[in-house]
Amino acid sequence: MKIVVCIKQVPASNDAKIDPETKRIIRDAVKSILNPFDNYALEEGVGLREKFGGEVIALTMGPPAAEAVIKEAIALGVDSGILLSDRAFGGSDTWATSYALAKAIEKIGNVDLVICGKQAIDGDTAQVGPGIAAHLNWQQATYLMEIKRKDEKVILAKRLHESGYDICEMTLPAVVTVVKGINTPRVPTLKGRLTSLNAEIPVWKPSDIDANVDQLGLNGSPTRVVRTDPPAPRLSSTIKIEGSAQHCAKELVRQLRLRSIV
Amino acid sequence: MITKTEIEKMNFRNVWVIAEVEGGIVQPVTFELLGSARELADKRGSEVWAILLGYKIQDIQLFAYGADVCVVIDDHRLTHFIDELEAKILSRLIEKYLPEIILCGATSRGRALIPRVAVATYCGLTADCTQLDIDPNNGDLLQTRPAFGGNILATIRSSNHRPQIASVRPRVMKIPQPNNDRDGIIIFESILPSDELNSKKVVDVYHDAQSAINLADAEIIIAGGRGTHGKAGFELLRQLAQKVGGAVGASRAAVDSGWIPYTHQVGQTGQTVQTKIYIACGISGQIQHLVGMQSCDLIIAIDKNPDTPMMQMADIAIVGDMFEILPELINEINLR
Ligand SMILES: Cc1cc2nc3c(=O)[nH]c(=O)nc-3n(C[C@H](O)[C@H](O)[C@H](O)COP(=O)(O)OP(=O)(O)OC[C@H]3O[C@@H](n4cnc5c(N)ncnc54)[C@H](O)[C@@H]3O)c2cc1C
Ligand SMILES: Nc1ncnc2c1ncn2[C@@H]1O[C@H](COP(=O)(O)O)[C@@H](O)[C@H]1O
Repeated sequence: MKIVVCIKQVPASNDAKIDPETKRIIRDAVKSILNPFDNYALEEGVGLREKFGGEVIALTMGPPAAEAVIKEAIALGVDSGILLSDRAFGGSDTWATSYALAKAIEKIGNVDLVICGKQAIDGDTAQVGPGIAAHLNWQQATYLMEIKRKDEKVILAKRLHESGYDICEMTLPAVVTVVKGINTPRVPTLKGRLTSLNAEIPVWKPSDIDANVDQLGLNGSPTRVVRTDPPAPRLSSTIKIEGSAQHCAKELVRQLRLRSIV
Repeated sequence: MITKTEIEKMNFRNVWVIAEVEGGIVQPVTFELLGSARELADKRGSEVWAILLGYKIQDIQLFAYGADVCVVIDDHRLTHFIDELEAKILSRLIEKYLPEIILCGATSRGRALIPRVAVATYCGLTADCTQLDIDPNNGDLLQTRPAFGGNILATIRSSNHRPQIASVRPRVMKIPQPNNDRDGIIIFESILPSDELNSKKVVDVYHDAQSAINLADAEIIIAGGRGTHGKAGFELLRQLAQKVGGAVGASRAAVDSGWIPYTHQVGQTGQTVQTKIYIACGISGQIQHLVGMQSCDLIIAIDKNPDTPMMQMADIAIVGDMFEILPELINEINLR
């Protein structure tokens, strides 16, 4: 199986800074990490390769510093990585991001499976995975809790949804997104770390993936962030209840009554 | 990029709601969306259309909740959710009827379906909106959504594209009072050969009340953290949850300890919930947990340590041992 895992570098903390001009997030102001959900995507890719053979490639689009997450992926066991980085990609929304990633996946060629995280913790959109599938016109399945291989060309995907699970049988090539429960990611080995230190990460530009530059970056993005605000603060102050357990329970019920809740 | 001119934009009219149909039953999120759609359409002087895809759909008349037109495709091939098929059908209907705005629930299903449609139609899509408004002059949808785990509210426009598509976070918009005197038109459509793309098939379905992105559907969540100390502690939470008709949530520390499955995890790498009441028992309230529950209406914390972030931010903070307080609380509720 030839697998591409899409990973994203995201700000580690939640105190994001916004560029007043472009209204986009300033990515280098805070420490960056690998998007936590993508860790599960990487583990799933590496696990599938260990079982069925083949190759796993990590793919990210981001500023030059995003090379760090590719190195991390290599330390975790992927075979190679590619960084899409160029001014022209800057300011992409999910439409343009998934377009660029899809073009890169086409360029890589003969890919059977693309694995994404459920969502990235900065934007929380969960749109890029299905977006890639749509650009490639491949089948997709999201929020996966399990991936089983039926044969060379068919996988069984266990989808998590509001009222339970379902299992769908899908034909490769396909795009999937995974949730946290799907596996337990390994930690990098010392050998993995050393390999990643020496790894050369190719950087691809729009011309390398035959992308139409009109469909990339801010230009290619149908959405515009026009304003950002802090959320309304929680207004109420804290009511503290202390004392014996019985007193606490009684007082809580009284407080709920005051609010006409019980 | 395929942008629309002002003249072209005028061909796009009406506000669509993509109904969520599960086992033939229209899900509540649909009514929430209809409420929002009605407000937008009224400001714009246009109609609300509900689009229903499913099999053996019951109660297709969504007029009481604000729809003017219901477009229905009822077909056995729509029994289960097949992303590719529904996306194809919607793209075709969009080309045929040219809606100005499309709203879809930000459910597991909506979040899989609607990005596919947005890509296929080259439209802007804003995920997980919590607030919607319209610029009455040009019909631009002002889509507000939390980003960075709720630390920022971003307002987004997609001025040069039509339709404008938004997914809307469930349980944020209010369900309107139904008005049974309202009437409307039903349009039946069918699946065309062009809709079928060698689609996958669903081979098994299991409903699992315990699974639960349905945390999001609960009015009350009783959540436990490391302070719950184990499965026995969660049993206590479950008892209380049962008494009050709530669901059980958890911090990542509790999930990683194996006391409760991941589907119950609240927070940055779990679910975002917005319930009426959230009772945090033995959860210190690290930022990654808070971002998943800070918009709940009433937050109650029970912790031995009065100085945790959770105890500081809670509306009601009870200082004490949860193993002593919860049984008393269950008792107290039993007395009523
Ligand atoms: C990338 C990333 C993503 C993360 N995502 C999430 C996420 O989605 N959700 C999440 O929850 N966390 C997440 N975390 C973890 C988070 O940072 C915290 O580690 C976690 O939330 C702590 O869980 P806790 O509050 O249960 O445990 P602790 O911080 O250990 O708190 C336990 C609390 O229980 C109290 N206590 C102990 N005994 C009792 C008793 N008998 N009665 C009453 N109180 C008692 C203690 O005083 C303490 O306040 C994430 C972390 C990272 C790095
Ligand atoms: N810039 C990017 N580069 C590579 N993969 C990405 C990028 N943005 C998003 N993804 C993938 O898409 C998933 C969902 O991201 P999002 O739609 O932004 O919430 C992530 O978990 C990644 O797997």
